[in-house]
Amino acid sequence: MAHTLRTLYDKIWDAHVVERRDDGTCLIYIDRHLVHEVTSPQAFESLRAAGRKVRRPDLTLAVPDHNLPTTARRDAAGQRIPIADPESAQQLAALERNAPEFGIRLIGDADAEQGIVHVVGPEQGFSLPGATIVCGDSHTACHGGLGALAFGIGTSEVEHVLATQTLLLKQSKNMEVRVEGELGAGVTAKDVVLHICGVLGASGGTGYVIEYTGSAIRSLSLEGRLTVSNMAIEHGARAGLIAPDDTTFAYLKGRPFAPKGVDWDKAVAWWRSLATDAGAKFDKVVVIDAADIVPSVTWGTSPEDVVPITGVVPAPASFTDPSKQEAAQKSLDYMGLTPGQRMEDVEVQNVFIGSCTNSRIEDIRAAAAVVKGRKKAAGVRWAIVVPGSGLVKRQAEAEGLDRIFIDAGIEWREPGCSACLAMNPDKVPAGERCASTSNRNFVGRQGPGARTHLVSPAMAAAAAVTGKLTDVRKLTSA
Amino acid sequence: MESVQQVSGRAIPFGRKNVDTDVIIPAHWLKTITRDGLGRGAFETIRQDPANLFDSAEFKGSPILIAGDNFGCGSSREHAAWALLDLGITAVIAPSFSDIFSGNAFKNGILTVALPQEAIDRLMEVAQTDPVTIDLDSQTVTTPFQDRFTFEIDAFRKHCLLNGLDEVGLTLARGDQIAQYENKSAGETPWLATGVAA
Ligand code: SF4
Repeated sequence: MAHTLRTLYDKIWDAHVVERRDDGTCLIYIDRHLVHEVTSPQAFESLRAAGRKVRRPDLTLAVPDHNLPTTARRDAAGQRIPIADPESAQQLAALERNAPEFGIRLIGDADAEQGIVHVVGPEQGFSLPGATIVCGDSHTACHGGLGALAFGIGTSEVEHVLATQTLLLKQSKNMEVRVEGELGAGVTAKDVVLHICGVLGASGGTGYVIEYTGSAIRSLSLEGRLTVSNMAIEHGARAGLIAPDDTTFAYLKGRPFAPKGVDWDKAVAWWRSLATDAGAKFDKVVVIDAADIVPSVTWGTSPEDVVPITGVVPAPASFTDPSKQEAAQKSLDYMGLTPGQRMEDVEVQNVFIGSCTNSRIEDIRAAAAVVKGRKKAAGVRWAIVVPGSGLVKRQAEAEGLDRIFIDAGIEWREPGCSACLAMNPDKVPAGERCASTSNRNFVGRQGPGARTHLVSPAMAAAAAVTGKLTDVRKLTSA
Repeated sequence: MESVQQVSGRAIPFGRKNVDTDVIIPAHWLKTITRDGLGRGAFETIRQDPANLFDSAEFKGSPILIAGDNFGCGSSREHAAWALLDLGITAVIAPSFSDIFSGNAFKNGILTVALPQEAIDRLMEVAQTDPVTIDLDSQTVTTPFQDRFTFEIDAFRKHCLLNGLDEVGLTLARGDQIAQYENKSAGETPWLATGVAA
């Protein structure tokens, strides 16, 4: 019998089937479950009401991130500074109560390891290649950068995983997005994924799990791969995957929860075996030439609204789809932009460097390299750098990066989701613009009326020092 | 979960494409720790316009929403489903849905009916003046004008919806199979089977 050729996704899927139904629905085992304070309270509440337990608290990790203020959390005496917003405080308190009650490990706001769940998971070696990883959060796709099948779930599914450590799922289709060639100077992982968002559109990946392949993807650091996979959901994909390789293994080795000793060697052998078989069939293949990718920026209110920084605001009439024309017009009204306006002429009042897309050490270094020796532009009212975890923060401070920002007039904060979404005190005021390294430019995402331009960390840093969206290559090429 | 057989009544001819969950329920409403009362925040930005459909005399409290492509994209927040329910919406008809949203909707007994754009266009027209009926058993959407559109639905989801079955309870009954899998996995990929202690 001929051997079926399988993709990375097929192999991870097959390895996790507990039970397959006639209609193709599978009961899939979940290896790792990350829990944060926003999408879990109702799940714990339902478990409690039904008298149910958590099946595998040891495969579950709880980390608060969305609601935490990014200003100091303890006073000089080490006492907790109360959180002003009573609802935020209530959600955080619920997680602090639920985790111990159900026997789940909590990395709390006082722990050095605390951070954004999607930064903490890989950093702790909790997220591993070939694992199924879920979290009540759409950017769980991030962990796919390690070669894990990772996806976001809703609160009822959080409850299902807590109670059974499984999910009932149908396998998605396979898509390959191949980025071939060498990335140009100043082009980062963020530009790659923004470019892909533009090519695929916001729903181009719906129904698919995407494997990002090609020499340009392989050349990315692990941090960069997490950035790419993070935004798989922004083209509608269920998950993103990047095949684990030596870059992945080097990143994971020695992390607190990563396998050790004999297990490590066995694990690496297994991880290598997961690579997509040569000749395996994808339901859809999209090929992108790395040479076409330049530093990118969004102009509208969907991540698909991407143009090169050297480009102009498009005219709604330039889109063929009438509903897109209408959406584009709405976006432009909201964003306060006019067709034909050069992106490099757009002034920003706020800069946010952070979020699970771009808050790892490499991102902070890239931003610091641009800021070094420069000052925040006068027109920039608010610029903050928010490391993705306490460990990233420490590392950056050990390298003196915090000083570079502070000396430039840019704030250096405590880890958390911060201005990525308007749930904590970090918000962009209505009508103001923000160059942001986060993943969503939706209406109101950074605060009611806030206007978001998605960019890479280096581009955000460039905007902070010039006061305008700026082609970072002009600042870095001597 | 209550069983769902039929959803019938006025349908809000909303029609917008790429309605993300931030539009359905803005982030600042996510701070609740219960499932109730989110209807007040549903479509908040849109409802700031006094002429919005959701609060119009004609459509207020309608059980069906008609939308464009890619409904429920963006954040995975299940609050979007709770907000729709609290607003009285128990079915959404659109050309396509985000995977996460349709999963969340299903788990809360909200029907997500995917129909081709032509059917949507016709229903948008009918909805201006007349009711629409979704029948789960026959998998059809009908109007008082002899329109009849059939839709696909996953057989398991249909079974659960028709019978009001609780998915967690159903899976807990498979405890032996899950334990068997765990034993196998502990042997083959031990590093995945051992997690972190509290
Ligand atoms: S940083 Fe932003 S996208 Fe990432 S988990 Fe937090 S809120 Fe979500």
